Amino acid sequence: MLEMQGLRGGYGPAQVLNDVSLSVRAGEVTAILGRNGVGKTTLLRGLMGLLPRLSGRVTLAGEALAGLPTHRVARAGIGYVPEGRQIFPELTVTENLAVGQRSPSRLWPAERLFGLLPNLRERQRNAGRSLSGGEQQMLAIARALVTDPRVLLLDEPSQGLAPMVVQELARILRHLAGEGVAVLLVEQNLRLTETVADRIAIMARGTVVHDDTAAGFRAAEDELRHRWLTL
Amino acid sequence: MDPLALLTLQALNALSLSALLFFISLGLTLIFGIMRVVNFAHGALFMLGAYVGVTAHNASGSFLLSLVAAPLAAGLLGLAFERTALSRLYAREHSAFLLVTFGLALALTEAIRLLWGADARQAELPDALSGIVFVMDEPFPVYRLLLIGAGVLCGLGCWAGLQRTRLGLLLRAASQNPVMTAALGNDVGRVRAFVFALACALAALGGALAAPLLSASLGLGSNVIIDAFVIVMIGGMGSFLGTAAGSLLVGFAQTFGNYYLPELALGMTYVVMIAVLVLRPGGLFGRPE
Repeated sequence: MLEMQGLRGGYGPAQVLNDVSLSVRAGEVTAILGRNGVGKTTLLRGLMGLLPRLSGRVTLAGEALAGLPTHRVARAGIGYVPEGRQIFPELTVTENLAVGQRSPSRLWPAERLFGLLPNLRERQRNAGRSLSGGEQQMLAIARALVTDPRVLLLDEPSQGLAPMVVQELARILRHLAGEGVAVLLVEQNLRLTETVADRIAIMARGTVVHDDTAAGFRAAEDELRHRWLTL
Repeated sequence: MDPLALLTLQALNALSLSALLFFISLGLTLIFGIMRVVNFAHGALFMLGAYVGVTAHNASGSFLLSLVAAPLAAGLLGLAFERTALSRLYAREHSAFLLVTFGLALALTEAIRLLWGADARQAELPDALSGIVFVMDEPFPVYRLLLIGAGVLCGLGCWAGLQRTRLGLLLRAASQNPVMTAALGNDVGRVRAFVFALACALAALGGALAAPLLSASLGLGSNVIIDAFVIVMIGGMGSFLGTAAGSLLVGFAQTFGNYYLPELALGMTYVVMIAVLVLRPGGLFGRPE
């Protein structure tokens, strides 16, 4: 669904991405692991058209995305759940959702959305700022879903969440993959990643150093963790 | 004069001044809200509105037409300026934006001097608006009542636009987080261009409404922009309600200051500003940044 080939780029003179190639398939959760600063967040920002410099190829179902402005990338079918959730604090939950709906969502009408994310149903009139961390994360996901994305990018969604909420997050991500969404998950939380991912890639020094099925990752887990993930 | 009647008339005068100040400071606060920068050219656009209004009124004989021509001209100018110059600067430092809008203020003032000359232009009100009404048995100009009404209408219209339309929603979203607003599929550049043009149009409408009272002169822009800056700071940068409250405070402080403390009149605006900022450093409705 989403194909990346030879992505290079960064901020100003600093090259953060150094030849990234990766495929994200529909109906699967693809996870990217890696230490801090290896370029995971930068990769997602690059896909969204938020990097000052990016070269290489990005295609969504064959359609070229690299170089498009951010709003065109979103309209092409990429949903973005950024690091730190970044909900609109002064807008209500309903208004937060409305920002992404240039027309009413076809795939995620209210009933279906609140079926998947029941906590939000009660809080529709509340300001984003008044939500708990877990509710804010659910809102960030809901807000991306109502743009009817074919690909969902999530940047460390488990950060700062209670274990119960992380379990809920895992359920939601599996459900979305089951519905045919291509999910690209950047995480540091190994347990969440192993629970939900179909494929696991590892990034180091701005490139993908390992890319395999979840089963393949588990088979070599000790060595991979030691080499690429632990400090 | 009956003291109560005097107080009422002064309050009405204050309200009509507040209304004029509201037109210019509202645009300033809208621009600040979504772009996080101050538009130094806003006073010059107010002044341009006054000149275009006077000329359109004299040429066509219709005061109403002048209230359409002035905001239309300033809105189109603002749109062209935003698309050609400002839109290239958002990614840069704020100082670049400030310098360019300051440059526009200077260029506009000079252009007005070249086009209209250095003499002030006085607009004549149509007969229907130049009359007086009696308020508590005292005469009061009809036109000032009309200004109050125009200010209230503009406030209600903008409030409804912000709260009830999709564009208003996008404006509020983009003022909180422009990157996420774009990442949800919205062309934030177009929202910015529209807001800038709208703010310029509002300032020019204020100028055209002010022309019959203040006359169009070259100092008009720099006089009024200072009051507008003070209002935006009092209200809390980027706050709609704060701008309304700030316009009222400054309008009342200036009107009553002129009457009761004429020797301190020039300083009244700043006394109010300092008092508000000491009590609430972020302004009346400001959010801590």
